[in-house]
Amino acid sequence: MSGKTGHGTTSTEEYAPVFAGPPRARLEELFALYPTKQACLLPALWIVQEERGWISERAIGEVAEVLGLTPAYVKGVVTFYTMYHTHPVGRHFIQVCTTTPCNICGAEDVVKALLQETGCGELGATSPDGRFTVIEVECLGACGFATPILVDNDFVENVTPEKVPGILQRYQ
Amino acid sequence: MGYPHPSHPKETPVLSKHFGDPEARTFDGWVKHGGYEALRKAVGMTREAIIEEVKASGLRGRGGAGFPTGLKWSFMPKEAVKPHYLVCNADESEPGTFKDREIMRWTPHALIEGCAIGAYAIGAERCYIYIRGEFTEPWRVMSNAVDEAVARGALGANVFGSGKRVEMILHRGAGAYICGEETAMMNSIEGKRGNPRIKPPFPAVAGLFGMPTTINNVETLAAVPHILNRGAEWYKGLCLGNPKSTGTKLVSVCGHVQRPGNYEVVMGTPVREILYDMCGGPLPGRTFKAVIPGGSSVPIMTIEEAEAALFDYEGIVAQGSMLGSAGMIVMDDTTDMVYQIWRLAKFYAHESCAQCTQCREGTAWTTRIFERILSGKGKQEDFQLLLELSENMTGKTICVLSDSCAAPVVSGIQKFRSEFEAYIAGAREPAMAAV
Ligand SMILES: Cc1cc2nc3c(=O)[nH]c(=O)nc-3n(C[C@H](O)[C@H](O)[C@H](O)COP(=O)(O)O)c2cc1C
Ligand code: SF4
Ligand code: FES
Repeated sequence: MSGKTGHGTTSTEEYAPVFAGPPRARLEELFALYPTKQACLLPALWIVQEERGWISERAIGEVAEVLGLTPAYVKGVVTFYTMYHTHPVGRHFIQVCTTTPCNICGAEDVVKALLQETGCGELGATSPDGRFTVIEVECLGACGFATPILVDNDFVENVTPEKVPGILQRYQ
Repeated sequence: MGYPHPSHPKETPVLSKHFGDPEARTFDGWVKHGGYEALRKAVGMTREAIIEEVKASGLRGRGGAGFPTGLKWSFMPKEAVKPHYLVCNADESEPGTFKDREIMRWTPHALIEGCAIGAYAIGAERCYIYIRGEFTEPWRVMSNAVDEAVARGALGANVFGSGKRVEMILHRGAGAYICGEETAMMNSIEGKRGNPRIKPPFPAVAGLFGMPTTINNVETLAAVPHILNRGAEWYKGLCLGNPKSTGTKLVSVCGHVQRPGNYEVVMGTPVREILYDMCGGPLPGRTFKAVIPGGSSVPIMTIEEAEAALFDYEGIVAQGSMLGSAGMIVMDDTTDMVYQIWRLAKFYAHESCAQCTQCREGTAWTTRIFERILSGKGKQEDFQLLLELSENMTGKTICVLSDSCAAPVVSGIQKFRSEFEAYIAGAREPAMAAV
């Protein structure tokens, strides 16, 4: 389907399918967990992001094909959820909570420190060395431990501007 | 216990008794603490008997709405002609709330046991636990615990040799507050955008995959094994005078207190005791100003209202707000109420699923009017405009996200009007550049 509809054909580069080998096996296992193939969409997108770091147009086409959906439909779902990246991001992806409970405890200062120390300069931008991308997110469900940040899959709590350099050192 | 702080004598740890104890995370550790006795007992009971016990306990949903759990279960069809489903709501994204994650991190088997009992009681052979995508550690802990429970015969085709089947599947969210709303959650599991559905049909009639479904919060389900073990009478007795609110409740306290964290109290405990005894009162040199008692979606209380309130469903209503998810956001005299209500409006604008015009436009407009006021360009007419918008956003949409945005706005204007006036009159330095 992807070839015919034009998805995945915009670039002349080779596209290596995600769902081959072990990721394919993981997908097959998912099929047994839900009564419809469509229900495997969120888990399948997680697999793509784990394998490739982000979800490209071509990957959207591939997911649509393996689940029997249209690329437009899959894209509509991908863009609904904030955790799926539709663009490449830095090697380490940092999410900072700035919602009210964290905000009153100084979350905006943590954001400033992160933008400065990583060299990202602004939210959503990747640092020139490709190491970091920083974004603001809404409540991370850890409001008693303000300010929490999520670096890749690591939850770090009680972050203050002073602690930022030490935390970043752990992520090269 | 007041994780991460030691237990306070005024707490009553039931759900939180083993928070912080790594042994309790394991199957064997959990069994040592009496775990899985309730599930063994449940599979020997009839579905109706379990539902009756839960009804008699007075347990009400801990996800925000406070609906009686036993009654909700009794809406499920008696005969499971079609597949039934239980969905456990572990999306915990309500600002101020961080209790479900501790249940999953420290006592995963309590939740699995509660889910298994709930599933059996409603005639479901399958339970999906929807965990928000950001909860990476709770996910790992839960995932290991489910594997252990399967290996030890607590889950699967033949639960503890009873011939009853209960399967448990973890489903990972991907960043969307609205997926905590029950019908949005069902769509999300089905591989759709997380748009809430128009009710009716109610989930018990046509829910997940169109089948009869019950959705319960993590804390609700984790309470069920204790009820079966110790009886409805014991649970009902956990209340300080108001029989409509029973049991213990985890309170997440955040913001400007000395010891933020989770505290487990008997329903009816005075809010004063939570704020001053358990949380240690305000930070040095500061005084409390306001409390949002039920996660960010409920009316803001002045500190006077909060201090006069008893902590249970009716007690908080009597002082003008709602218990909600019991995530208490405490604000002291350093807080700029206008700025923080703006930040809440921005939250709702960001999280609106955009299906309903009142919500999509209303949350965005509200945010922009706050930005105007905060940049020193506010007008007297803005009060009226905000209140009219809020009125238009209340009780008129598919789900209550829209109402949730209006609640802090209306109560904020009512109770902290002078702070708005100061910006409008130019008596206060603008908090943001003109937009
Ligand atoms: C916008 C919105 C967000 C919600 N988020 C959550 C949530 O994160 N967790 C939760 O348990 N309930 C949440 N709820 C409530 C659920 O819709 C549902 O009432 C609850 O899960 C039922 O479980 P209970 O009866 O055990 O409380 C939310 C409701 C709305 C309207
Ligand atoms: S009220 Fe808002 S969040 Fe709820 S369904 Fe309507 S648009 Fe979506
Ligand atoms: S508001 Fe920051 S984690 Fe909840």
